[in-house]
Amino acid sequence: MSAMELLLWARGPGLAIAAAVFLFGMTLRLIEIYSLGRKRDLAVPRSQTPGSGWRTIFSRSLPHADTWRRSTLTIVAGFVFHIGLFVVLLFLLPHIELIRALTGLSWPALPTPLVDLATVITLIALVVILVSRLLDPVKRFLSGFGDYLAWTVTFLPLLTGYMAYHHLLLDYTLLLALHILSAELLLVVFPFTKLTHTFTLFIARWYNGDIAARKGVAS
Amino acid sequence: MSATLEKGLNAFREVMDAPIASFFSSCVHCGMCADACLFYTETGDPKYTPIHKLEPLRRVWQQEYTLPGRLGRLLGLSRPVSDDELKDWSELVYDSCTLCGRCSMVCPVGNDITYMVRKMREGMSAAGHAPEGVIGATKRTIELGSPMGVKLPALQAQIRGQEAETGLTIPIDVQGADYMALLSSMEIINFPEYLGALARIFQQAGVSWTLSSEAFEATNSGIQIGASDIAREIVARIVTAAEKLQVKNVISPECGHAFTALRWEGPNLIGRPYKFQVVHILELLDELRRSGRLKTSGKEDAALTFHDPCQIVRRGGVVAQPRALLGEVARDFREMPDHGVMNWCCGGGGGVSANERAEHLRLTSFKRKKAQLDALGVETMVTACANCRIVLEEGLEHYNMNVKVVGLTELVAEHLMEQEGGK
Repeated sequence: MSAMELLLWARGPGLAIAAAVFLFGMTLRLIEIYSLGRKRDLAVPRSQTPGSGWRTIFSRSLPHADTWRRSTLTIVAGFVFHIGLFVVLLFLLPHIELIRALTGLSWPALPTPLVDLATVITLIALVVILVSRLLDPVKRFLSGFGDYLAWTVTFLPLLTGYMAYHHLLLDYTLLLALHILSAELLLVVFPFTKLTHTFTLFIARWYNGDIAARKGVAS
Repeated sequence: MSATLEKGLNAFREVMDAPIASFFSSCVHCGMCADACLFYTETGDPKYTPIHKLEPLRRVWQQEYTLPGRLGRLLGLSRPVSDDELKDWSELVYDSCTLCGRCSMVCPVGNDITYMVRKMREGMSAAGHAPEGVIGATKRTIELGSPMGVKLPALQAQIRGQEAETGLTIPIDVQGADYMALLSSMEIINFPEYLGALARIFQQAGVSWTLSSEAFEATNSGIQIGASDIAREIVARIVTAAEKLQVKNVISPECGHAFTALRWEGPNLIGRPYKFQVVHILELLDELRRSGRLKTSGKEDAALTFHDPCQIVRRGGVVAQPRALLGEVARDFREMPDHGVMNWCCGGGGGVSANERAEHLRLTSFKRKKAQLDALGVETMVTACANCRIVLEEGLEHYNMNVKVVGLTELVAEHLMEQEGGK
């Protein structure tokens, strides 16, 4: 199979398969969560607190002062990585064009050199995150195969994208094919690893905020 | 009650709900909950990372409530949760967690880890892996009426003592009173002044109140051990007594878990809302203060601080009231670093203080409270939980610290404006 054939497969059937696995998998995960339901709370809430779950969805992004002090590296690296990833994913022109082709939605792109810089920063942040996972006693203790798999499938699309853009090491067509394939690997792995947190964290934060607010505490 | 692994796993399945599934789905192993937990910060041992304490519960969720897990089980690829595993986890679930809820405030994906530990204890106790000390306390509550084995005659003796001390009558079994007060065993045995303080405050404020001879014990070790059937029985005693006396309100005493048990878990345990309201004593005192019925005079000159009991403040929502009350009676009130809803636990909540096996770990983690106090340099610490108070006193003694612990209700009572009828 030539690089061009690989690219065509990645852009055609490959993408369709990956998208199908991703959509099926994530839908299933959400059904698995919500179908468990929860018991109605019969305790009278301290005050009626509509919107408290939604507020926590936002407020939980801002750590308490003591948390900042104790988990500085995790917080900073986490913020840099997540923001960088979203900038690259959503504001690189070819990505927007792909999204427009698939959904009809589009928005202005950021200048490519800026996205390129964001890619480098994001890659560095991911390396810092990996090193911290390997060296920090708590993170190393908690980590298993799934954690390193999730890291790898997140790192690869960024790395191959960067290499393709800069024509590094390999043929451009092949790099582009590998870039798309790595993104597809991410999509396939996504619903079955901790990457699900991208969506489920909103559910988790909502429940946390709702439970705490019934007792009169903003969480 | 014969405990088996199967019963334990069934209890895990029983408690599994959408919040728990969303929490496990969201954990990214960032480790930030460890930094929020005094059992980790004071020992540096990663096994005390809060989310790790839930590993057996997570494995049951993964294996039975997710498609990959179910496939794995079908193909024999997964290792089911064993009795030995639960036994190993007993220390993590009971000794190194006070259900203080600090990790639940910190988790960046919003996991209410404490909610899950509380639920996991249901399975641990059903599987027979709750610690002896907490089982003993629970047995005494069921058989004798209180975790410390305090019976009515002991209370009556303390009532007589406090009546002599205050010159007031302490009402018991008064039909139709506005408030029914509860006590914790700790208070009956160690801090009977609380009862006298109530009598004096209510006398001044003109509050109609009573104790019940049938239900005076507020603590509920059923929720600490994780046995909902027992917790239900303990709550039901109070509900029955309160509804029989037709009181409008029940006052939860200066005890953290009593408040959680009665205020938040109770209606869910008995399966219906109460016919009365539950108020914490600090809520009531602050209400009396605001309406002008509680008048104080004079203020403490010495610098003092407030230790926020987790179940009353972070998990109970009584945050502003103790500060408002302290403002009335203290000239130099200083907040600890990380006060309020981010305060650090005394280290003995959630049944830990009743668990002899956990004593060394509890005293080690007290270094956190010590550091908070050292940073402040005050010699008086006010609190509003009899269990915190005992645990704090033990910790202070262990580290030879010269800090006095005072109950807030008593402190308020000491500053009551002189009135006829009072002492």
